[in-house]
Amino acid sequence: MIKFSDKQLAIPKLMRPVYLVTAGQSKFDRAFPDKRTEELCIDALTQAAEMINVTPAELKSYIHTCYYGHFADHFGDQLLGEAVIHDRLGLDPLGNCGVKTGGATGGTTLWEGVKAVASGYSNCVLSMGWERMDEVPTDEGNFLISCAADKDWESPLGHIYTGYYAVMAQKYWKVFGKEEDSFRRTLAEIAVKHHGYARMNPYAQSPMKITIEDVLNSPVVAYPLRALDCCLMSVGAACAIICDEATAIKLTKNSPHKPLRIWVTAGSHTLRPADRRDMAIPLLPNETADQYKDLGKKFPGGERYPGFTGFLAARMAAYYAYNQVGIKDPTADLDVIELHDAFTISDVQTYEDIGIRPYGYGRDYVESGDCYHMNPKTGKPGKLPSNLSGGLIGCMHSVGATGIMQVFEIACHIWNRWAEIHGDDKLWKKFDRKKPADWTDLQVKGAKRALAISHAGVGSHVTATILMDPDKLIKKDA
Amino acid sequence: MSMFGQVHVKNGQYKIKGDFHELTPNMPIRNSDDGWKLMGVTNPRDMTYIHSYGGESIFFESLSKGKLMATRCDNKKCESKGSIYQPFRIFCPDCLSKMTVIDMTDIAKKTAKIHTFMVCERSGAFNILKRPIKFINIEFDGVCTILMSYLAVGEPEIGMRVVPIFQKLDPTYTILDMAWVPEKTKSNHLPKGFSF
Ligand SMILES: [Zn+2]
Repeated sequence: MIKFSDKQLAIPKLMRPVYLVTAGQSKFDRAFPDKRTEELCIDALTQAAEMINVTPAELKSYIHTCYYGHFADHFGDQLLGEAVIHDRLGLDPLGNCGVKTGGATGGTTLWEGVKAVASGYSNCVLSMGWERMDEVPTDEGNFLISCAADKDWESPLGHIYTGYYAVMAQKYWKVFGKEEDSFRRTLAEIAVKHHGYARMNPYAQSPMKITIEDVLNSPVVAYPLRALDCCLMSVGAACAIICDEATAIKLTKNSPHKPLRIWVTAGSHTLRPADRRDMAIPLLPNETADQYKDLGKKFPGGERYPGFTGFLAARMAAYYAYNQVGIKDPTADLDVIELHDAFTISDVQTYEDIGIRPYGYGRDYVESGDCYHMNPKTGKPGKLPSNLSGGLIGCMHSVGATGIMQVFEIACHIWNRWAEIHGDDKLWKKFDRKKPADWTDLQVKGAKRALAISHAGVGSHVTATILMDPDKLIKKDA
Repeated sequence: MSMFGQVHVKNGQYKIKGDFHELTPNMPIRNSDDGWKLMGVTNPRDMTYIHSYGGESIFFESLSKGKLMATRCDNKKCESKGSIYQPFRIFCPDCLSKMTVIDMTDIAKKTAKIHTFMVCERSGAFNILKRPIKFINIEFDGVCTILMSYLAVGEPEIGMRVVPIFQKLDPTYTILDMAWVPEKTKSNHLPKGFSF
């Protein structure tokens, strides 16, 4: 068993409070034949300025350093794309740095921004992410994504990342899902939910009104995963402005919303799954060692941790984050979350990694109706609505932007601006998208605290971003 | 005259021969919805990379000889002393000392079992495996990690006993020189070039 030292498990502490002041994003789509990447990045930054009623030039005058999340140089065919964007944003001669941690790139870009402000190095940071995934056809795109696996040991095996993920899905499906039809339908329900919420989101690439049967009848990609269980391949950009308290107050002088406290933590695990010795399950504040004593008995094959059924990186990010900000029970303490639903089944695995349900019982979060905006079982608001943006399955997965899009979305809820932004007829028209006749306001009423999980396949990097209304902190000195 | 890029090492340096890239012209991308105005350009590129296996070379060389090599930490002071790693790791992930290379072909033949698997209908560009690809992750007695590979014959199941096969004829010197088949598979059922 691997043991971690108390130095390694130390709870992070910021040197001073850090605030999310504003955020913005571009339209997301499979391809933008008519736009260069910088046009999308400028769309995102311009929206961030508009959100707080300042001009882009005013906002820029506050920025001191920049972190750019852009995962795949080979996708965009531009090494050091960060320097191109930095130049086009007219932010020279400020210091800037490229960030890449696979699917978690967006979250990691925020992580770096928060640390730069917390340390006192900068009072205002731009964290911007994007991905250009339309410069190659899908087949070649799958090849390029597979290059993120170990190139000698895994990539030559089919050059298909979905396959490396799907072996984890299969193990979970057999061990915890017990191959039950009812569980397969629960997975399909997640796809229905996320494509359905995407219908209310003008930024979203894949709005669909579908049924569980549609998901179950979509083509098999890697059994039991079908086409509609999988995330999108996207192009787009998103950004966030992260500040210290004094700058946050100045920048929001004429803003309809107040700045939010922000914390970001990170975890990692091996690139090749189960590539280290096993270990005891690291516990979250709402768990006890006792509850997992007979996990292998209840779910034969589930005794090896982290094995193939969970994402240790997500568990560690949640461990650091919850302890840092004082979360005891995520379902009770949080109001809205965005998770990295790369696949319906990895969404369920994440519910367990971050303690929304204990290991083995993730499906209950969907089956109870807790994950919905309005719980279909009770007709009342869901306890902890997830992925109201549509997530990676319904909204987008423009890799470097994804983790920042999630934070834009949860911030809109705490700012009570979700309907204003997502219901804006002008925005729907500008994006050349049709607002549905049954468009529904998905604002989570009274949201004060939120979480976003940004995740790299196959769980190599995960970040947890927590936002709170500064008047609703759980731990005063967090 | 065109010739595949070839490389060998002499005096500690790469010696290269042949073509390492192919030249294909750019083509304009035009908008058929708007008077065929220029929208962009294609950028063809085909390159050959020169990659060192370093300390893992012996693993890939051994596959072509029908042997599965692993490594073991023999550092007396290491908390995980005696741990065997497959996939092959050059250094112990705990103490970072150089590990001992061991031949685990027999352990694989006698104890390999499917830990999990996936039948994948799709592949990315440059894939040369037959679809659907039957990915398997393999556990071994006494080995603390799990190896990814593929099943060349039959249908995978969790817990299924499998044995390794090796491409000894015309090896590729990549991870694809190793595959797995269910225990008791007859040798005349193995894919071309492979043997036990
Ligand atoms: Zn060691």
